[in-house]
Amino acid sequence: MAGHVTTSSLSASFGDIQAIDDVTVEIPANKVTAIIGPSGCGKSTFLRCLNRMHELVPGAKISGEVVWDGKNIYGPGMDATEVRRGIGMVFQKPNPFPLMSVEENVSAGIRLTGGRMSKAMVAEIVEHSLRLAALWDEVKNKLHKPGGGLSGGQQQRLCIARALAVQPDIILMDEPCSALDPASTQKIEDTIDKLKQNFTIVIVTHNMQQAARVSDSTGFMLAREMGDPGRMIEYGPTNKIFTMPDRKETENYITGRFG
Amino acid sequence: MSEYVQTPEEEGGNTMMPAPPALPGAVPAAGAHGGHQPERGPDTGGGLYRQSNLRRRSRNIRSRLAHALCALSTVIAMVPLALILFYVIYQGAGALNFSFLTSLPKPVGESGGGMGNAIAGSLILIGIAAVIGVPFGVLAGTHLAEYRSPRLSWIVRLLSDTLSGVPSIIVGVFVYTLLVLTFKQFSAIAGGVALGILMLPTVARTTEDMMRMVPDTLREASLALGIPRWRTITSVVIKTAGGGIMTGVMLALARIAGETAPLLFTALSSRTWPMGLDKPVASLPVQIYTYAISPFDAWHKQAWAGSLVLVLMVLLLSIGSKLYFGRKMQRAR
Repeated sequence: MAGHVTTSSLSASFGDIQAIDDVTVEIPANKVTAIIGPSGCGKSTFLRCLNRMHELVPGAKISGEVVWDGKNIYGPGMDATEVRRGIGMVFQKPNPFPLMSVEENVSAGIRLTGGRMSKAMVAEIVEHSLRLAALWDEVKNKLHKPGGGLSGGQQQRLCIARALAVQPDIILMDEPCSALDPASTQKIEDTIDKLKQNFTIVIVTHNMQQAARVSDSTGFMLAREMGDPGRMIEYGPTNKIFTMPDRKETENYITGRFG
Repeated sequence: MSEYVQTPEEEGGNTMMPAPPALPGAVPAAGAHGGHQPERGPDTGGGLYRQSNLRRRSRNIRSRLAHALCALSTVIAMVPLALILFYVIYQGAGALNFSFLTSLPKPVGESGGGMGNAIAGSLILIGIAAVIGVPFGVLAGTHLAEYRSPRLSWIVRLLSDTLSGVPSIIVGVFVYTLLVLTFKQFSAIAGGVALGILMLPTVARTTEDMMRMVPDTLREASLALGIPRWRTITSVVIKTAGGGIMTGVMLALARIAGETAPLLFTALSSRTWPMGLDKPVASLPVQIYTYAISPFDAWHKQAWAGSLVLVLMVLLLSIGSKLYFGRKMQRAR
């Protein structure tokens, strides 16, 4: 099954500041993995290392391995754009392309990554992706309206559809609901639940209830002190992390004692 | 008018709403938060927001004074523009007619004739300038905005700022030595090159500014889809910044359309229709200059008409670019 990722001794830094240190985890295919932890613990950096987005920041450095279905994505001969096509990303704030219509937004990935495709084929992928993202019924009459005209929750699902259209194995979500209201959050969580049949999902979230609701396994990250790099304190099945964590820090965090 | 100006209701606030008697033991701040719109009336019991009537009045007076000064400065700045427009229309409209736009200049003493060749020449020169200035300017701006290599960017930005400060006549002299002396020929191309160089810094700078206004989240969105860097720039960044870049280009064109000095010894002038890009051509600004300093009344009139055409061309360009950009922005919203 495609979409299996393991990291070994993954460390990343911005210039002189080390953001994460020695993260070794195994992310199973077709499951939802949640990464939780207080602000500044490196969860987003960890996520961005998984599809080579971290290296876009000037001064970024990475060491260790990220192995995606047997290939080290930082290995020689690996193309960053190829990696990102297989490992898509949804960001914290919905960021549809403002001058593109709903349809153009969804098809952007397939239109702009080379490869020619017939119009009918593109239309089919657009519809399929929008259906997967549970947005089709709401936008099928507005396909040619600007994507920026949708509501915040719809924009975020548009971004999910846009990521799905490139047909990745894995979708990384960086706090996808933090800018949304509860009703939109609910819709996105339902979408995540359906998507895991076909995709591996890694979701970074501030919201522990959300992690408990949507994920199969959970990783807890923590930077011990300000300026310390974030480490993966505990990683395991979500049930276990939230009911009987092995580590004191995890327990303190999930019981709301800090963070 | 400013939103800061007080409404009559607000001004009357303190007389209509007398201070409630202080409750024994009440903390002053509690009154302030007690729902009597404390920030409005100074005497509603809020110690935190209490302000003397005098101070408030003085603040109002100062606010109005500042406002009046701004309005006055605006009017003063607009007066020359209005006068120029009015005077050019007043003087030029009389001599302006269809044949002025389409016919060749007549020799001294003969009535009629026009600046058709100068208008055509100006359009040719602007066209050549655009062919040179737009691609190089946009590419330089793209480099500055997208490929952030600090050293090279610093040098390019310095050069571009210096170039925009170089007097246009110096650019003319430079092109004169570079092209006119080399090929022993005044030509439309030499004139166009000079104007194109003058366009470069404006186009590069607006392109850079407009591309920097495109939020990084859009670049990330595109790169995260596996779209290559160059494609992200051409299809997402330039597309999003396109309206602004267009405006910059049109304003740069409007600016060079009126340049005279660099054309005097590059494109020279001509009393015939343009004969080819390697031959001298007439241009509106040079023609206006020649006619304006001549001793003939009929030529003076024609210079005014030519000025009117030039002003209208520039106005059309800048208004057109504003409308275009405005519509683009509306679509983006």
